Amino acid sequence: MLKLIGVRRGLPHEVGLGLLTLLLLALVTIAFPRFLVIDNLKSLVDDTALLIMLAVGEMFVLLTRGVDLSVAANAALTGMVVALFNAHYPGAGILPVLVIAIVMGAALGLFNGLLVWKVRIPSIVVTLGTLSVYRGCVYLVSGGAWVNSGQMSPFFLSFVRFPILGISVLSWIGLLVAVLAWLFLRYTVSGRNLYAAGNNPNAAGYAGIDVGRMQCLAFVLSGAIAGLAGYLWVARFAVAYTDVASGFELQVIAACVIGGVSITGGVGGVVGVVIGGLFLGIIKNALPVVGISPFFQMAVSGFVITVAVILNAGSYRKNHGRKILERAEASS
Amino acid sequence: MDRRGFIKTTAAALGAAAIPAGFARSARAAGEIRVGLVAKSLGNGFFVAVDKGAEEAAKQIGNVKIIFTGPTSTTAEGQIEVIQSLIDQHVDAIAISANDPDALVPICKRAMARGIKVISYDSSVGQDGRIVHVAPSSDELIGQALDKLAAAAAPDGKGKFAIVSATPTSTNQNAWIAVMKKYLPQYPGLDLVSTVYGNDLADDSYREATALLQKYPDLKVIVSPSSVGIVASAKAVEDAKKVGQVYVTGLGLPSECAGHVEAGSIKSFAIWNPIDLGYATTYVAVDLVNGAKGPGNSLPDGRMGKITFDANGVGAMAVPFTYDKSNVEQFAKIF
Repeated sequence: MLKLIGVRRGLPHEVGLGLLTLLLLALVTIAFPRFLVIDNLKSLVDDTALLIMLAVGEMFVLLTRGVDLSVAANAALTGMVVALFNAHYPGAGILPVLVIAIVMGAALGLFNGLLVWKVRIPSIVVTLGTLSVYRGCVYLVSGGAWVNSGQMSPFFLSFVRFPILGISVLSWIGLLVAVLAWLFLRYTVSGRNLYAAGNNPNAAGYAGIDVGRMQCLAFVLSGAIAGLAGYLWVARFAVAYTDVASGFELQVIAACVIGGVSITGGVGGVVGVVIGGLFLGIIKNALPVVGISPFFQMAVSGFVITVAVILNAGSYRKNHGRKILERAEASS
Repeated sequence: MDRRGFIKTTAAALGAAAIPAGFARSARAAGEIRVGLVAKSLGNGFFVAVDKGAEEAAKQIGNVKIIFTGPTSTTAEGQIEVIQSLIDQHVDAIAISANDPDALVPICKRAMARGIKVISYDSSVGQDGRIVHVAPSSDELIGQALDKLAAAAAPDGKGKFAIVSATPTSTNQNAWIAVMKKYLPQYPGLDLVSTVYGNDLADDSYREATALLQKYPDLKVIVSPSSVGIVASAKAVEDAKKVGQVYVTGLGLPSECAGHVEAGSIKSFAIWNPIDLGYATTYVAVDLVNGAKGPGNSLPDGRMGKITFDANGVGAMAVPFTYDKSNVEQFAKIF
C-alpha cells in the first residue's frame, strides 16, 4: 500500500512519455517544418483517433491479464456489416448504423469473453482463433466483394468528417471514448475491480471479485469499441473490403505497451494509452513526409517503438515494485 | 453396399451418362464450332462480361457456339469437373481462366489428346496445359498506358506526379513502374517526384497519399497501379479538398472507382476490358480450330486487330481500356 502511494507521489511515467512524444514531434518538425500546420495536426489526430480508441479497448483486456488479438478483425467484420446495411438501407440514418456497430462489436467481444470466462481457454488462444473466424466472416458476408464509396450514402460518409468546433466528429468520438474509459476506470466499482482482477487474481477472488466475469466484461468493452471503430474506419476510408485494418491489432497492442500498460495485467491507464497512440500516430504520419525511403520505414518505426518502450520500462521498473518472478511465486 | 460394389455401380452410371453426351455431338449442326468458355467461377460479373464479348465474336464469325460454364466457387477442383464435362461433350476448343495454373495441366492435356484446342485467357494455365494464353495486357502495354493516363490527368500534360504503389516487393507493380520510367522521356512535361508504397491497404495508402499532398503542394497527379491505392488516394484528395487541383489515376475496377469519378477526384483510369477479352479469346480459339498455329505467330482477332504470341504461347490482347465519366457507370454494373 505504501508502495502504491509512493508511485502516486513519484513522477508518473505518462509525463516521461509525454516529453518523449513532444521530442519526437520536435524532431519531425525540424526535418519537415510543415508538419506542424493546423490542417496536418487535424488529420494526424483524425488518423490516430481510431488507433487510440482500439488501444483503450485493448487496455481493458490487458489490465485483466488477457490479450485481445481479434480487435482489428472485429472492426473489419462490423465495418463490413454496417457498410452492407447502409448499401441496402441507404435511407436509414446514422443512428441505426451506430447502434448496429456497437451492439455487434460487443456481441463479438462477448463471444471471446465467454470462451475465456466459462470455457477457461487462455485469451491469446481464443482471440487467435476468433481473429481468423471474424476475418473469415468478412468474406462470408461480403462474398469477397467491396462496398465502395459510390454505394455508401452521404450521411454515412460525412458523419465522421462533420466538424464541431473545427474538429471532426471522428476525433471527438475518440476523445469521448478515452474520457468515458478514464471515468469508468477511476470512479466505478467495476473499473476498480478490473485493476484488482488483473493485479492479483487470487486476492481479488478472496475479496469477492469474480475474475472471469471481469475478463469477460473487458472483452465486451473492447469489442464494443472495436465495432464502433469498424464503422468509423469504413466511413473514413470510404471503402469496406476484406483486408480492412489487417494486422492492425499489433499496432493497437504496441500503443498500449508504449503507453505503459503492463502485458502482465493490472497496470496502466487511459492517459498513457492516449499518449502512446499519439506517439505511434506521429511516427506513422511523419515517416512518409520526412523522406525516409519506404524500404527503411518499417525498420525505423520498429526501432523508435523499441527505444520508447526501453526508455519507458526503465522509469517504470524503478517506480514499481512488482516483478514477473515475484508474481509467479505468489500465484504458484 | 460395399466399396467395390459402389465403384462398379458408379462406373456403370457414368458410362450411361456418357452416351447422351455422344448423341448430343451427333445432333449438332454440321460444321458448327463449339467453344467451351470456362470462368473462374459463375456469378462473377467480370466473366459475364467476358461471355458477352465471346457471344459478340461468335455472331461475327458465324456458325460458332459458345458454351459458357464454370464452377460455383473459385476452385481448381470445380474447374476440373467442368473441363471433364466439356471433354465429354466433344467441344472443339476450351478457353479457361485458371484458378490454379498447375492443377489444371493434367486435365487440359487429356483434352488436347482428344484433339480439343485448349487455350487460357485472363489467368494462365501452365504452359504444358494450353496451346496459347491470351493475356489481357502486358507489363509493357500497362506501363505505357499509365504514363499516358498521367499525362492526360495533368493540366496540359505538364507537372509533378507521384506513384502510390502496392508493396515495395509486388512483382506486377514494380514491373509496370519500371516500364513507366522507361517511357517517361516521351512526356517531357511530366516530373515523377516520388514513388510511395501503400501496401495494398486502404489506411496506409491514404496516409501515403496525404503525405504526398503535404510534401508536394504543387503536385498535379497521383498514379496508383493498385486497385486499393487508387481509391484510397482519391479519398485522400477529396478529404484534403484538392479536387480539381490534383487528379488521381491508375488501374482500378469501374465499380470501385465510379464514386470517385463522380466526386471529380478521378478523371480517367484504366483496366482491361472483359468484353474485349472474351471477344479476342473466341477469335483465337476459332482460329486454332481452323488449323492456325499458335506460339510464335500472329492471329487476327476481329475488331481488335491481331494478337501476337511469343514462343511460349503468351500473347497480350491490348492496352488497358480507359474508363471515364462517359462509360464508367455502364461498366460499374458489370465489374
